[in-house]
Amino acid sequence: MQETRIVLRNVGKYNPASVGEFRALGGYSGLQKALSLDPAAIIEEVKASGLRGRGGAAFPTGTKWSFVYGTAADQKYIVCNADEGEPATNKDRVIMAGDPHSLIEGMAIAGYAVGASEGYIYLRFEYPYIMPVLESAINDARNAGFLGKHIFGSDFSFDIKVVSGGGAYVCGEETALLESIEGKRGEPRYKPPYPGVSGLYGKPTVINNVETLVNVPVIINNGAAWYRSFGVEDCSGTKVFTLSGNLVNRGVYEFPKGVNLRDLIFEVGGGCPNGRKLLGVQTGGGSGSIINGDMLDISMDVESCEAAGATFGAGDIMVFDDSNDVLEIVENLMEFFAHESCGKCTPCREGNYRLLQLIRKIRKGSGTMADLDTLQELSETMMDCSLCGLGQASPTPVVSTLKNFRNVYLEAIERGRN
Amino acid sequence: MQNQCSASSVDSTQIAAIAARYKNESDQLMRILFDVQKIASNAIPRDVAAVVSGVTGIPEANIYSFITFYAMFSTKPRGKYVVRMCKSAPCHVVGAAEVAAAIGDFLGIAPGQTTSDGLFTLEFCECIGLCDTSPAIMVNDSVYTDLTPQSAVDLMQAYQRGGVK
Ligand code: FES
Repeated sequence: MQETRIVLRNVGKYNPASVGEFRALGGYSGLQKALSLDPAAIIEEVKASGLRGRGGAAFPTGTKWSFVYGTAADQKYIVCNADEGEPATNKDRVIMAGDPHSLIEGMAIAGYAVGASEGYIYLRFEYPYIMPVLESAINDARNAGFLGKHIFGSDFSFDIKVVSGGGAYVCGEETALLESIEGKRGEPRYKPPYPGVSGLYGKPTVINNVETLVNVPVIINNGAAWYRSFGVEDCSGTKVFTLSGNLVNRGVYEFPKGVNLRDLIFEVGGGCPNGRKLLGVQTGGGSGSIINGDMLDISMDVESCEAAGATFGAGDIMVFDDSNDVLEIVENLMEFFAHESCGKCTPCREGNYRLLQLIRKIRKGSGTMADLDTLQELSETMMDCSLCGLGQASPTPVVSTLKNFRNVYLEAIERGRN
Repeated sequence: MQNQCSASSVDSTQIAAIAARYKNESDQLMRILFDVQKIASNAIPRDVAAVVSGVTGIPEANIYSFITFYAMFSTKPRGKYVVRMCKSAPCHVVGAAEVAAAIGDFLGIAPGQTTSDGLFTLEFCECIGLCDTSPAIMVNDSVYTDLTPQSAVDLMQAYQRGGVK
């Protein structure tokens, strides 16, 4: 299967340490063109392209920008969420390591569109080797006049700082991320107000994922209609998928949205190694839905995934073969969430821990049928009542396996009875 | 000896010099504390935090609150090399537990412990974003991928011999 490389268009095509090579590939021409346009027209173009956030929430990017554009303030910010912490996701690492300049260009265009002069890249701690790549690219861009004062001789000035995360998954949540930049514990804020109105240091702030921003320069250069020619009706463009787990060809691959999941797993991923059979797939990262082998004919776009009981998320596909124990994987995931819950709200702090305890109890063979009802009820409470996306999404592995691998739970309970 | 932080045996003037870069820029706190941690036995124990607090004016309690929130800081001194072994699901299903066990057996310590020569501290960590080349670990700022129990032990030996920078 042939990839469609829009986001990864430049990865491997230039030396990230050479802004000249990037320019020769047409780099910064999107920014140059944007600066000749009216900011409102740029936002309209991004809206018309149908671009949606690639970090997992799939919020329309143009709409997000329009909130910040429409809020008057002496200072606004563009924040790039490079806190790629969702287990089974490593596509932003590949993008940043190979094409830092397209990210810088996308951020500068966003800054011009909404009226922001400062940008931040919040880079997860676990990517210390990407830090120098980004910092030297920012320096090179500044020296070449693509960042800093009077970019391309215009009135527009924009600059970017890179800050490091501290190894907290919750900081991928946008308001926790802002708290962390401000030198505080990364605990999510109550919303509203939303960051578009009151974000970093209380100023209107755009927060976009790395992949989202890298789409922007080509949308400006080639237009919304061109962009919409990729993907499906409500979900345009491509997605950079991370294929991991028990697959022959693990890696990062870009396909138009709407690509079939089975094809991704078997044609691109090469299926399971060592003659093993596929047992299940976790879609959409650690907080995504776990589906069984009968459910693989899914069009990989946000709405189709949801309708099929899968999760699109950040395009994560983690395959596990029949040498694995589904409940062991669920236990592993719940250990993760019990550890990563920030503790600010009760449903998430207590809920993840109790889910973990129950899963352990069932695995040990001391579970009862009533425990299955408790798992379901507690999960629903967490989804409804948690403060942020962490606790709202973390029960997904539990509820999806209760549905798609119910026999595994029943067998564990049965085993305990005998 | 008076410029010495007792618990961490680091020169407090060096720590103060790093902290002096702070200048009320709260977005720099993370970076400063990581830089401090690098020269202070891979940790920010209380006496080190006190120096940072004295220079920046940030109350010690706030520094403690900050560093205990983020998994990559420690309040207890750690070894020269912090070995972080990913145990998240995509690593787990391709043999991360076997790799972790091999490293632990070879070094003779459990996660959370430091070898008696002060060279290695072993930790479990969550996904480090190398899922498509797992099992993966970090040793300080370096990453190692596609590990087997044997290659992981070879790597530890290389660190012991000082053959890895
Ligand atoms: S799960 Fe280990 S690196 Fe992602």
